[in-house]
Amino acid sequence: MSLKQPDPKTRRLLLAAAPWLFFVALILLWELVCRVFSLPEYVLPAPTAIVDAFFNVEFSRWMTHLWATLRVALMGFLVSILVAVPIAIAMMRSELLTRTLYPLLVVIQSTPVVAVAPLIIVLMGSDDPSRVLITCLLTFFPLVVSTATGINETPAELIELSRSLDAPTRRETWQIRIPYAIPHIFTGLRVAITLAIIGAVVAEFVAAEEGLGYFIQFSTSFFRIPQAFAGLFFLAVVSLLLFKSVQWTQQIFFPWSLPKK
Amino acid sequence: MTEPATNRSFVRLSGVGHRYDPDPETPMAVTGVDLDIQRHEFVAVVGPSGCGKSTLLRMISGLLKPSEGEVSVFGRQVDGPRDDVGIVFQKPTLLPWLNVRKNVLFPLKHKYGRYSREDEKRADELLEMAGLESFASKMPDELSGGMQQRVGIVRALLLNPDILLMDEPFSALDAMTREQIGFDLLKIWEENPKTVLFITHSIAEAVLLADRVLVMSKRPGTLLEMLDVDLPRPRTRHTISEPRFAELTERLRKHIYEPEAA
Repeated sequence: MSLKQPDPKTRRLLLAAAPWLFFVALILLWELVCRVFSLPEYVLPAPTAIVDAFFNVEFSRWMTHLWATLRVALMGFLVSILVAVPIAIAMMRSELLTRTLYPLLVVIQSTPVVAVAPLIIVLMGSDDPSRVLITCLLTFFPLVVSTATGINETPAELIELSRSLDAPTRRETWQIRIPYAIPHIFTGLRVAITLAIIGAVVAEFVAAEEGLGYFIQFSTSFFRIPQAFAGLFFLAVVSLLLFKSVQWTQQIFFPWSLPKK
Repeated sequence: MTEPATNRSFVRLSGVGHRYDPDPETPMAVTGVDLDIQRHEFVAVVGPSGCGKSTLLRMISGLLKPSEGEVSVFGRQVDGPRDDVGIVFQKPTLLPWLNVRKNVLFPLKHKYGRYSREDEKRADELLEMAGLESFASKMPDELSGGMQQRVGIVRALLLNPDILLMDEPFSALDAMTREQIGFDLLKIWEENPKTVLFITHSIAEAVLLADRVLVMSKRPGTLLEMLDVDLPRPRTRHTISEPRFAELTERLRKHIYEPEAA
């Protein structure tokens, strides 16, 4: 080879390892800064202190909090799929419905959910249904928009093909439009799943006795900053895993819908 | 009133025109087209971009209702989509989630919700005829552009239509693939005769494939000229080097570039 480049194998290895190496370097730097400047824990706890704090909390307590948050986030996510996809399909079918509903959807989307959450808790109590509703308010708009976009981006020729076959509209929707919307729906799902966690945490901030959001807030108010950080990292890892699960679902069940390399 | 059908005129357009905007002040997209296409005739349409070639095709398919005049097929007026018409689009427009065989069977699945063993056999036969038998279980994105368009043609043949409408089917392909797929189309057409309306930008392609070439004018599109192509069939790559081929393409070019002089 005449080109002055590392051989492909090394290059691939480097590309794969780079983000991890960077991450490790960042953690090491953090630890170093904390030790060299002897920063107090309530300003910035060292990574080692955070790890200690993580293992000081019992495993079963972590699981209780995790389950509380995960339950609300996943229920909110599922409910908003069940609501958003049919609404998007209905909006595709009827211009009247689009014109009627769209402004309302925009109003809901533009209202800061954090500000509405306390009102919802007051109105509906601080049980799961009100938390699921808060989560839905966050997740459902991106899902409606992405599904509707996908449905509308079906190539005009395929709609002509369907019409030239004089096929029922039901099949046009299920055999052409919805499958065409799958890549867009997954884009929406990836956004929605992380928003679902945010929604669940926001609900816990307002009123809760358990959940990772509650745990962070509670730890902070008692100045257990390393413990709060431990909760935060745990939450971030859970959120990342959920995001990845959406990606894996797409890879396993809809490999054709992934962007071409 | 429609005239009785004769074998000589299979598709008949009389005074056909279309205007997309219902406002009568706006210009027509297509106007005053009178045309008789015989059964199993291969007719090519050439003309500048936006001259209403596709509009003409859509009116014959029944997807578009003419705002004036009348289209009839076999003596019966066309008033809606008809299933004896197969359409091949500019892009292959295959469904990316179905393999090649299922894409070919899609018209049946879409129209009736199911297909039989015999239908599958027919799909396989058609694929074999197009030289695609080894790709039947491949996904569309594993195929080259030319292969995909072949699948598009096979799909249009599934319901064994009498009329094949092709809207610039090869314009997205590179020149070499394009020539090859043109000969393949002729082979398919000779084995299963169809009435073909073939829209193209390429004068050479029109002359090479068709029995008759129609020249359309700029908007509002109307028929300027018809040219009978008397080149012998089967046509091969040697046809291109015949003097008669050069003569005919030259005549067409003249009609297109200097319509007043011609």
